[in-house]
Amino acid sequence: MNQAPSQTARPRTYRLAELGLLILAIAVATTAYALVGLGVEDTIPANVYGYAAWLAALGVILHIIVWIKAKYADPVLVPIAVLLNGLGLAMIYRVDLGRDEYLGSAMTQLVWMTLGVGLAIAVIFVVRDHRWLRRYTYVSGFAALVFLLLPLIPGIGKTINGARIWIGVGSLSFQPGEIAKILLAIFFAGYLVTYKDQLVAAGPKILGIRFPRLRDFGPIVVAWVASVGVLVFERDLGTSLLFFGLFVAMLYVATSKVSWIILGLGFFSAGAVAATFLFSHVGQRVSGWLNALTAEEYNKTPGGSYQLVQGLFGMSNGGLIGTGFGEGRPNMVPYAESDFIYASFGEEIGLAGLFVILLCYLFIFQRGIRTAQQLRDGFGTLLATGLSFTIALQVFVVVGGVTRLIPLTGLTTPFLAQGGSSLIANWMIIGLLLRISDNARRPVEEFHTGVLRITEDSEPVPAVARANDTPSSALTVDEDAPTTNLPPADSRVFDGEAPTTNLPPAGARPRGQAPNDTDATDQRPTGGER
Amino acid sequence: MSEFTVTVFRLAFFVILWLFVLGVAGVLRRDIFGPRKARAGKKARRGGSKSAPPPPSRPAPAPRPSAAPVAHAHPGTIRITDGPLAGQTLMLSGAPVTFGRAPDNTIIINDDFASSHHARISAKNGAWMLEDLGSTNGTIVDGSRMTGPIQLAIGTRITIGHTTLETQS
Repeated sequence: MNQAPSQTARPRTYRLAELGLLILAIAVATTAYALVGLGVEDTIPANVYGYAAWLAALGVILHIIVWIKAKYADPVLVPIAVLLNGLGLAMIYRVDLGRDEYLGSAMTQLVWMTLGVGLAIAVIFVVRDHRWLRRYTYVSGFAALVFLLLPLIPGIGKTINGARIWIGVGSLSFQPGEIAKILLAIFFAGYLVTYKDQLVAAGPKILGIRFPRLRDFGPIVVAWVASVGVLVFERDLGTSLLFFGLFVAMLYVATSKVSWIILGLGFFSAGAVAATFLFSHVGQRVSGWLNALTAEEYNKTPGGSYQLVQGLFGMSNGGLIGTGFGEGRPNMVPYAESDFIYASFGEEIGLAGLFVILLCYLFIFQRGIRTAQQLRDGFGTLLATGLSFTIALQVFVVVGGVTRLIPLTGLTTPFLAQGGSSLIANWMIIGLLLRISDNARRPVEEFHTGVLRITEDSEPVPAVARANDTPSSALTVDEDAPTTNLPPADSRVFDGEAPTTNLPPAGARPRGQAPNDTDATDQRPTGGER
Repeated sequence: MSEFTVTVFRLAFFVILWLFVLGVAGVLRRDIFGPRKARAGKKARRGGSKSAPPPPSRPAPAPRPSAAPVAHAHPGTIRITDGPLAGQTLMLSGAPVTFGRAPDNTIIINDDFASSHHARISAKNGAWMLEDLGSTNGTIVDGSRMTGPIQLAIGTRITIGHTTLETQS
């Protein structure tokens, strides 16, 4: 294992393990790509070396950046993302070869992957400390709203396959909702960490479960109305479900009250039942799910169960170890390279391959939750949970839909499915999780090199600065207590010199640093609480 | 390409695929269960090779050991026993540990009853000292509000707002 020999070496960084796993992941992706060529065209694709080199370059660059910039980051996230992405590329290539005309969509996807990895690197560089994001809580919330509403603007918005979740300029199209998902996770985390104390207040007790007070229902009702709005106006079941699920999950993590989950499920079922009867596109999905194997659903031309049933046939054709890349017929299923890529994998690499894919998602989720547990701040905990939950929920909704556990919805399989917006959004999530996990796993002494200097610096604080600070923060504390305690100079926090110190140098903090600095406490919002 | 080659390739694919999964599982296992054993081994090795920094979990500066009561049991970890962060453990390893609401603390206590920089534990004269940084609601040590710096022994209970910490060996 990599242990930089000079450091105190208690927490391992596992960077060499990451490299090893990365090499395996690239080997898997390359073998899959070669096997597709062997299966379909009986020759190994001519560009296999270039392809492998490209993947390896992406993986290794990300690995090196992580090594330099986020040394303690979780070691399995990058290899898993590369593996899933590489498998997805191979399958997209395979479906492409099976088509009548070759579209080169695997290469397009590779370009998107490059962009995604670039964005993950950018996230690692820009977000030096995830706590910095908390200051943009409301900006994120607003931006998420704008991104969600963009597709509804006439001229920019595009309706593809019945869902108005796209924006397009010329031939390029993009799903802004994918980015909105990340922004919403930031907003929810910042919002909930500030207001969670109110949301845990006990309310009426029904059937032995204590429910929150009725007047605290505001946020969950707003989230629900927004999700229903997405469902009605953008006609996208998956996104709507994802946003509401994300909010309820984060609400539960923030308050650790099961009653919020019960309430969320209640709201969700009410909405789902109503939507089934009110909106034809939801009703179609439900009847196609319940009566999938009947002749009239199977033969119904728009919105029947043909796709779902063909996917099931494909997976059963695959069996335990699959037909082998290029030997099956995934092209029988419409959208075999995007919505139904899971079924395509089921057919060609069988249950043995599907288990690996599911395990990979499970690993990502486990690492996210573990990071959340290790973190020392509530905002990061919520953000890590939210981000990993979006991936988990998305996998559940897609895989559940394809395997006919739940009605089919239009979400993408993270990292696998063809589609640039989803891919770059998921790479950005990986970037954020890397940054957060670096923070969570960093040993205290490296974490705190800055504060060591700050707290032992007893240099008196200019009285003027204090006099100015106190009233201004006193004005704002009521609504947003903790954030107002960020030192005004902390914009400097993140442009520090050493990569390991996230904290300002001693001189950068104008207040609150000296022992016995009673002034720091004047900014507290306790007011009448005691 | 012969049937045989393709079969070998397919087999190799599955082998690498599952090797990857086992590799990830191995890293996860070491991360979750392993460190204890690994650390014991490493400590021994470090004891032999290294000179300058003091071993972790001892309150540092070895240069002036005279002031420290030698027989006194120094705490090595702090465990949060109550409050929103309950269950977390923090190793005392030389650097000061700060508590409070501001985001730059080691332990961020998100609690209206905690001050932004509430309390600090730092190494002094070979022992861990707890100081209140002038918090509004005070720091409760073993049931009574502390007035001056206190030297920490094992089993001390520190209460900050709704959070309770306990020092452990």
